[in-house]
Amino acid sequence: MNHADAVPVEVLLVEDNPGDVRLTQEALRDAKVRNRLHVAPDGVAAMSFLRRVPPYENAPVPDLILLDLNLPKKSGLEVLELVKSDDRLQCIPIVILTTSQAERDVLQGYRLRANAYVTKPVDFDQFLKVVGSIEHFWLEIVKLSRAGSGDVGRDD
Amino acid sequence: MSAATIEILLVEDNKDDAALTVRALARARLGNQVHVATTGAEALAFLRHQPPYETAPRPDLVLLDLDLPGVDGRTVLEQIKGDEQLRAVPVIVVSGSLNPADVERAYRLHANAYVAKPIEPKAFLEAVRSIEEFWLQVVTLP
Repeated sequence: MNHADAVPVEVLLVEDNPGDVRLTQEALRDAKVRNRLHVAPDGVAAMSFLRRVPPYENAPVPDLILLDLNLPKKSGLEVLELVKSDDRLQCIPIVILTTSQAERDVLQGYRLRANAYVTKPVDFDQFLKVVGSIEHFWLEIVKLSRAGSGDVGRDD
Repeated sequence: MSAATIEILLVEDNKDDAALTVRALARARLGNQVHVATTGAEALAFLRHQPPYETAPRPDLVLLDLDLPGVDGRTVLEQIKGDEQLRAVPVIVVSGSLNPADVERAYRLHANAYVAKPIEPKAFLEAVRSIEEFWLQVVTLP
C-alpha cells in the first residue's frame, strides 16, 4: 500500500546484553512488516552508526531506534540527547527499552524527547510480547518520518 | 501507577471520530478516563487548568488531531512540548494527513508518535486498540 511494504524498515537496537539482543532478533524475525535489525553494542558504536563513521560508512539511516539505558562507553541518555538535538536525526523515533523503573529515568527519558519508555520484563514470554507490541505499534500502525531519513526517497 | 486510572485527553473536533475513539478505549483492559476537547483552545485551557477546567487532571497521554478549528493541532503540540510542566506528557498525533511533510513536521515538533487516521471504521478501531495496547499496557508513562 505504501513504500514501507517494499523497502524493509531499518531498526537499530542499541543493547550490550547478548541475551536481550537474541530475544529481540527472534521477536522481530516473525514480524509482519519486513525489517532489518542492526545492533550497536554500546553508545559510541550507536553514534558511529548514526553518523556513518567507519566501520559504518554504509549504514542506513534507521527508521526506529530501540535504546537500552545502561550502556558501556556512552550512556543511553547521552545517545538520546545527541540524536534529538541533531537536525538530521531528530525525527527518528526512539523507544527506550530498559530494566530501569526509576521514576527519575522515566521522566528524564521523556524530557530528553524519548518517543516512548518501555520497561524490559525479566520474563522470557513477557519480553517477546513487549517487543511484539513495539513492532505492532511502531512498524504497522505508526507513520514513520522516512522522508527525513535521506535514504528513502520523498513521496513528493 | 497501574492501579490508578489513566487520564487521556482526546483533542478531536470530529464527533464520529471522537465517539469511536471513546468507545474503543472504554473496552480497554486498563482503567482509563477519556476527556474530549473539540478545539485547540479548549485543549490548552484543559492542560493549563484554566476555567472551566480548574479541576482537570493532568493527562497521562494526549491524542491529538492536527486539523482543528481555530488554534490548530500543531500549535497545541508546540505549546505542550515547549512547556516545562507539560513536555514529558506523550502526545500521539492522530491525523487524516499522510503528507510526508506533515509527518516530518509533527516529529520535529516532538510528537511522540504519528498515526494516520484510517477512514474505515474497522481499521480505525484497530488503530485505537493498538495505541491502547502499546501506550496503556506496555509503555511506562511519566
